[in-house]
Amino acid sequence: MSIQTSDLPLHDRINTELEKPFMRKAIANAQDLLNQKREDVFKELGNYEQWKSQASAIRHHVLENLDYYLDLFSSNAEQAGAHVYFASTDQEATERALAICQAKNASKVVKSKSMVTEEIGLNEVLEDQGIEVIETDLGEYLLQIDNHDKPSHIVVPALHKNRDRIQQVLQEKRGYDGDNLPENMTRFVRHLIRKDFLEADVAITGCNFGVAETGTCTLVTNEGNGRFVTTVPKTQIVVMGMERLVPSFKELDTMLSLLARSAVGAKLTSYMTLFTGPKKPDDMDGPEELHIIIVDNGRSKVLGSPFKEVLKCIRCGTCMLECPAYRHVCGHGYGALYPGPLGAALVPVLAGYTPFKDLTKICTLCGACNEVCPVQVPLYEYIYEHRRIIAEEKQLEGRLEGIAMGLYGGIIGNAKLYDMTTRFASVANISPKIGPLKQWCKNRERPHVATQRFRDWYKITKKGQK
Amino acid sequence: MHVSFFSTCLVDNIFPDIGIDSVKLLERLGCTIVFNPQQTCCGQPLANSGYQQKAKKSMHLLLDTLLEDEADYIVAPSGSCVLQIKEYSTLFADDHQIADKAGELAAKTFELTDFIVNVLQKDRVESTLRAKAVYHPSCHMTRLLGVKEPPLTLLANVAGLELVPCKGQDKCCGFGGTFSVKMADLSGAMVAEKVDNFIATGADCVIGCDAGCLMNIKARLERLNHPMQVLHIANVLAHS
Repeated sequence: MSIQTSDLPLHDRINTELEKPFMRKAIANAQDLLNQKREDVFKELGNYEQWKSQASAIRHHVLENLDYYLDLFSSNAEQAGAHVYFASTDQEATERALAICQAKNASKVVKSKSMVTEEIGLNEVLEDQGIEVIETDLGEYLLQIDNHDKPSHIVVPALHKNRDRIQQVLQEKRGYDGDNLPENMTRFVRHLIRKDFLEADVAITGCNFGVAETGTCTLVTNEGNGRFVTTVPKTQIVVMGMERLVPSFKELDTMLSLLARSAVGAKLTSYMTLFTGPKKPDDMDGPEELHIIIVDNGRSKVLGSPFKEVLKCIRCGTCMLECPAYRHVCGHGYGALYPGPLGAALVPVLAGYTPFKDLTKICTLCGACNEVCPVQVPLYEYIYEHRRIIAEEKQLEGRLEGIAMGLYGGIIGNAKLYDMTTRFASVANISPKIGPLKQWCKNRERPHVATQRFRDWYKITKKGQK
Repeated sequence: MHVSFFSTCLVDNIFPDIGIDSVKLLERLGCTIVFNPQQTCCGQPLANSGYQQKAKKSMHLLLDTLLEDEADYIVAPSGSCVLQIKEYSTLFADDHQIADKAGELAAKTFELTDFIVNVLQKDRVESTLRAKAVYHPSCHMTRLLGVKEPPLTLLANVAGLELVPCKGQDKCCGFGGTFSVKMADLSGAMVAEKVDNFIATGADCVIGCDAGCLMNIKARLERLNHPMQVLHIANVLAHS
């Protein structure tokens, strides 16, 4: 996979998703449930706004001093025995990971969930070389066996599948014959992939936060698969985005406190896996070799742009859970690996305006995302600014729209012209439903233009006054 | 107190009754109203679609028009358009002279209910509506302009009015200005869910503070042939 997850044009993508009532119901239920849990758990924590400012300040500080913390993190990780590599592009990163696997003659790789490995398309590269890759996060596993279905959310990748669909996938692809109880289906998969954990030559994980002062990598999971992949295989590769750092354990505490609460409305995740370098001589388990690939892949460009604060993002996915547009089209409607408000703010600058200009359209500018982002990324402001760049600076919206908007601007920019145009606008009430009106009228009746405008009433009623 | 009234283009052309009721209400509360007919639109439909340059002519015009009468305050029956006016100083940041004027305008401009509660210092306006209603808090007004309580304060003191809560009450109705036509299918799906939630409350009417959202909600209710009434808060407060 790469950042682009669909070849369909915007409206086809949107309509494909709108025509899936089961998916929409599943997403709406999940949003409502998780948002309620999040509200409750933050209420219990107290001082929500202060926590957010604190977390935002930490992330901002890291970004301002990223070169320093990257250097500190990598030298400490190396001192602890890890091999650290910098990859400026997706290709460099996947080549590095492939080389490590090939050096180990790996035929099987187990992974714990990682968005950055999806971003660089790592699975495809390894699979093309005949290496079997098994996703061990339950959600990711279900997507993988369902003909490589795409994640619809960055934390809960199979959010769009309800339990019946999951039962069906397990029946068709893995011969499951049980009921649709989550516990039973999970037990079935757990049994299946246990063998893979034990057989795998290499483990690949992401990294939620790298702790600069010690070179420690952190993984939060709820299923224990993260712990399993970091203890059994002899070689482990960590792929991390270059902005994913905190100065010390003190700041890590703040970030983890917010991550679990924001992402799934829980105080903690079930597992927090922290590892520093490979297995030490006295350690019972852990990899004999630890490789850390730090990925840029456009992040430096974001860092040098007016949108750099988006790199504060800790990938909790709360903005998606809160977004009223995401609710109806899920991640698939965006056609990008990072969907929702985060995607609309990040992807155009990370991966280019031309292919991703439409992401910013899937937004009513309602501002709900800004309210819940735990690290205070100005998502609303960024989406707004992207729209300006797309429409006026890069002129990517087509000449016709530009002309129409120019015409409108001309009318409302001239009092006389506005008066003349709107005076007889009520004739539009009997106009054929074409163009924008036709679009509007698919689900709604047409609004009626008044025959007497407010200004006409005012003029008649308040004669003699200005 | 002299108030220059900014009707907004939607009220001027689609819902003149909102403007009429706003003026009557403000007059009843002791304000002297001027309406400068040079005013057009705040430019938000263009700016929110990314066409800020193309919107600037109308923004200039509105700046001059609304400041011309030297009123004490400028009041508009829309949180969204007031928000746009308050953003002028950022949009004109590269021109100090205009930015200063924009700052002056922003400081004097208020959304209708914010003005009544926080400037006129009135929590009640002697109005009656015998109905069960659901309130729709508009996104721009509540989240971005930060006017949350004033409409609720005023509605709480309307005689005969029972406000009922609604599922997903603070969720966007799917209007979003040009979003409603550029992304009509998605916008339609959003307002369909919103209106279903309103209907499920069994309320007689829905009350809001922004003509844009109300136009969207009304159009959906009409498509469903549902009798639920759509009222702007000015419609409610103006009637005693």
